[in-house]
Amino acid sequence: MDFLDYTLEELHNMLVNKKTTAVELMEAVYENIEKTDGQVGAFLELSKDEALRAAKEADEKGIDPNNVLSGLPIGIKDNIVTKGVKTTAASKMLEDFIPTYDATVVEKLREAGMISVGKLNMDEFAMGGSTENSAFKLTRNPWHLNKVPGGSSGGSAAAVAAGQVPVSLGSDTGGSIRQPAAFTGTVGLKPTYGRVSRYGLIAFGSSLDTIGPFTRTVKDNALVMNAISGPDKRDSTTYKGEVPDFTEGIEEGVKGLRIGVPEEYFQEHGEEQGVADAVKEALELYKELGAEVVPVHLPHTDYGIPAYYIIASSEAASNLQRFDGIHYGYRSEDVHSLEDIYVKSRSEGFGREVKRRIMLGTFSLSSGYYNAHFKKAAEARTLIRKDFDGVFEDVDILISPTTTTTAYDIGGKIEDPLAMYLSDVLTVPINLAGIPALSIPCGFSNGLPVGMQLIGKAFDEKTLYRAAYAYEQATDYHKQKPTFKGGE
Amino acid sequence: MNLEPVIGLEVHVELKTESKMFSPAPAHFGAEPNTNTNEIDWGYPGVLPVVNKRAIEFGMKAALALNCTIANDSKFDRKNYFYPDTPKAYQISQFDQPLGYDGWIDIEVNGETKRIRIERVHLEEDAGKNMHGDNGSSYVDLNRQGTPLIEIVSEADMRSPEEAYAYLSTIRQLIQFTGVSDVKMQEGSMRCDANISLRPFGQEAFGTKTELKNLNSINNVRKGLEYEINRQEKLLIAGGALAQETRRYDETTGETILMRVKEGSSDYRYFPEPDIPNLKISEEWIQSVRESLPEMPKDRQVRYVKEYKIPEYDAQVLTASVEMSNFFQETVDHKADPKQASNWLMGEVSAYLNSEQVDLLDTAMTPKALAEMINLIADGTISSKIAKKVFRELVTNGSDDVKALVKEKGWVQLSDTSTLMPIINETLDNNAQSIEDYKNGKDRALGFLVGQVMKQTKGQANPGMVNKLLKEEMDKR
Repeated sequence: MDFLDYTLEELHNMLVNKKTTAVELMEAVYENIEKTDGQVGAFLELSKDEALRAAKEADEKGIDPNNVLSGLPIGIKDNIVTKGVKTTAASKMLEDFIPTYDATVVEKLREAGMISVGKLNMDEFAMGGSTENSAFKLTRNPWHLNKVPGGSSGGSAAAVAAGQVPVSLGSDTGGSIRQPAAFTGTVGLKPTYGRVSRYGLIAFGSSLDTIGPFTRTVKDNALVMNAISGPDKRDSTTYKGEVPDFTEGIEEGVKGLRIGVPEEYFQEHGEEQGVADAVKEALELYKELGAEVVPVHLPHTDYGIPAYYIIASSEAASNLQRFDGIHYGYRSEDVHSLEDIYVKSRSEGFGREVKRRIMLGTFSLSSGYYNAHFKKAAEARTLIRKDFDGVFEDVDILISPTTTTTAYDIGGKIEDPLAMYLSDVLTVPINLAGIPALSIPCGFSNGLPVGMQLIGKAFDEKTLYRAAYAYEQATDYHKQKPTFKGGE
Repeated sequence: MNLEPVIGLEVHVELKTESKMFSPAPAHFGAEPNTNTNEIDWGYPGVLPVVNKRAIEFGMKAALALNCTIANDSKFDRKNYFYPDTPKAYQISQFDQPLGYDGWIDIEVNGETKRIRIERVHLEEDAGKNMHGDNGSSYVDLNRQGTPLIEIVSEADMRSPEEAYAYLSTIRQLIQFTGVSDVKMQEGSMRCDANISLRPFGQEAFGTKTELKNLNSINNVRKGLEYEINRQEKLLIAGGALAQETRRYDETTGETILMRVKEGSSDYRYFPEPDIPNLKISEEWIQSVRESLPEMPKDRQVRYVKEYKIPEYDAQVLTASVEMSNFFQETVDHKADPKQASNWLMGEVSAYLNSEQVDLLDTAMTPKALAEMINLIADGTISSKIAKKVFRELVTNGSDDVKALVKEKGWVQLSDTSTLMPIINETLDNNAQSIEDYKNGKDRALGFLVGQVMKQTKGQANPGMVNKLLKEEMDKR
């Protein structure tokens, strides 16, 4: 069974009508993985026995007709901890790490009846935009196997794009869900900060980290968000307000919706013309569908990249100190002192990009540099947030390209960290502001999917889904299937 | 050169909450290593801290008892450093917005009162403990990891080891009264680091300071400071220069030993803890915590003097510890005469506690029993002499009914004329010479006779009664 042909609701109906079983779906998952993962390389770890056992149990218990997710398979990014299942964050540091607890999202998915099929590849500790920073394997873009799938949630995006699983979870600190969604023609949501509990997400930039779903369609995405959202007493930064049904009113269309188009997001960032063209075409379609499209300004956009890389790296440097070779994780063999354990374990256990960011963050927090770096970045963050507050007084959502280019060649940017960082220009401001943004497919450039970013007000994911759904219904980009071309 | 010591103290106090500062694991001691821990205490990947509201309230209580202003806007910060007893490799503490600030306490040294300012009181989490095995391995016990602490930072207002001693005693007393900590230095629930420097009298600027560690009792703080003042003085007078050092006090030799020379300040790379939202503390919350504070020592002293008419000195001694003060209060509530209760607690009871090295609450004696005993003395049922025996019995075995106890033990005083008269007569019959001496005005004779009666009655006779009856009988003869 090819998951590319079905929505979650269709799969659910097949289960309820006994056209298939949870076990059959689960077997299909592993067949798909067997068939395509040799090329794609999305999964780091499979929990086949456990998943099949859970599927059998779901069949025996009977599929809940009122619970659309019950008995359906899901893939989990490997920086989300899973009890008893190896969780590495794609780092040698956690090569053999088996957590003793489940992340809150994993608990919630299980309560919703979903079954985890395995753990998905990523850039080490979610640092990167191509999944090339994984310590374990390369993940390839199902649309073109010589291209990156994006990152850091490259495995999560590729698995859904390749039809291995109908849905996966990723994490987004500066674009790590939206950019790979754009590169692989999938739907990816970065929720409002605080909407989804971070408990059990291996921290990167704590004030920026979010967990969100990858799906093939907009409504599928909203359905998964229904399951994973909500306050958590184990995460004090979660939002205490009520969680709406994200699918409610999703079909109401965009008549009268005011869409802002931030001009700074269309300026020269070395982008592909085909990307901007596809988004401009989409905006025309929105007009036809009855939306108002107005130009807006986000004047502090240029501060996004430097502010983001200072704040995220500073928090990361502190968060990653716990990987010290003492209590768990990798410890160097060749040690003769406490200092040795620290220095050698961390030098050998972390990859280059992670070490680069630890150094950047440590420097930014050092006394004498704190004011010029961390504090300045925090101030820039406030300005960026105010930019968004200002435009959202006038418009309902913003639309921009998700990325400045389509998926690039494997090896294309990995030796040029600065180019890699700069390519996050359209996604990081959203994390700094803590607001939600959704990437959906909106066409092709050079035969590769283009992603459109819909940016919303804090805790207003619903309007994003409604706007995205209207566009999706009017187009068929989400129905295109990857070509698996290229590759050696 | 005439040098003046300048002393500032940093005091850590463990808060007696049920669970830890940022995790639901129990904050208790004495368990097997690493049993009172969970993933949060281990600093596992993915875990997040959640603030224990009770710890904030306890911290507020302590800060209010030390006359601090409570910040309406406070926050937590990360203090970053690598050490095996700190599994996250950072301690969650408070950097630039402490819970409480601008406090003070009054201390008394040589009969003079001096105000010592308190710069700040902030909340933080304790570290675990490193242990070194004899097989060359080291181990980490994380039971203590995450226990809530407050750090109390004084201004450099103290000028002698005696002032430091008085400051610590007062801090301990005040916090003990709030009930938020055991404040026992021997057990580590109160810890102190001392900063000490010398400067010529009249000089404004501070000299180079030394930080003293491993001061595990209030007395050792005083001794360590004394040693250090001496050491620095000798060095300075000899024309030497001091380095900014951290030194350890060695209890066995009474000396301070160099641990490390500080080069600049350590860089802990403090930054705001992103996992915990800023703390908003409303005036209503502060007010309700203030109202929940128990009666503090100074208030109790004033009330004791006014209400119970006991001397000021007694009131001070009785309020030195919350146990003693509460014991006194309950004894009085059980209808004992306050002055008698005070006399017993300051005299016999304190002497017993000192000689046996036990705490008041560890003895078997209850306030009710003490009150009953005091009342039995007052109504003549027992003599003060016998009372000492009763007291011994009460502290070792206790009693629910002291009156029944003294009866059972045969300690009731003989005050009954019909019982005493035969013995009086017998004694007088046998001591004709004493009667004559008494009549000739030799008072000693009466004393001798009383002694004889007491001997006869094995000390149970009421001496006042015996005295009276002897006189009456001799006058008749």
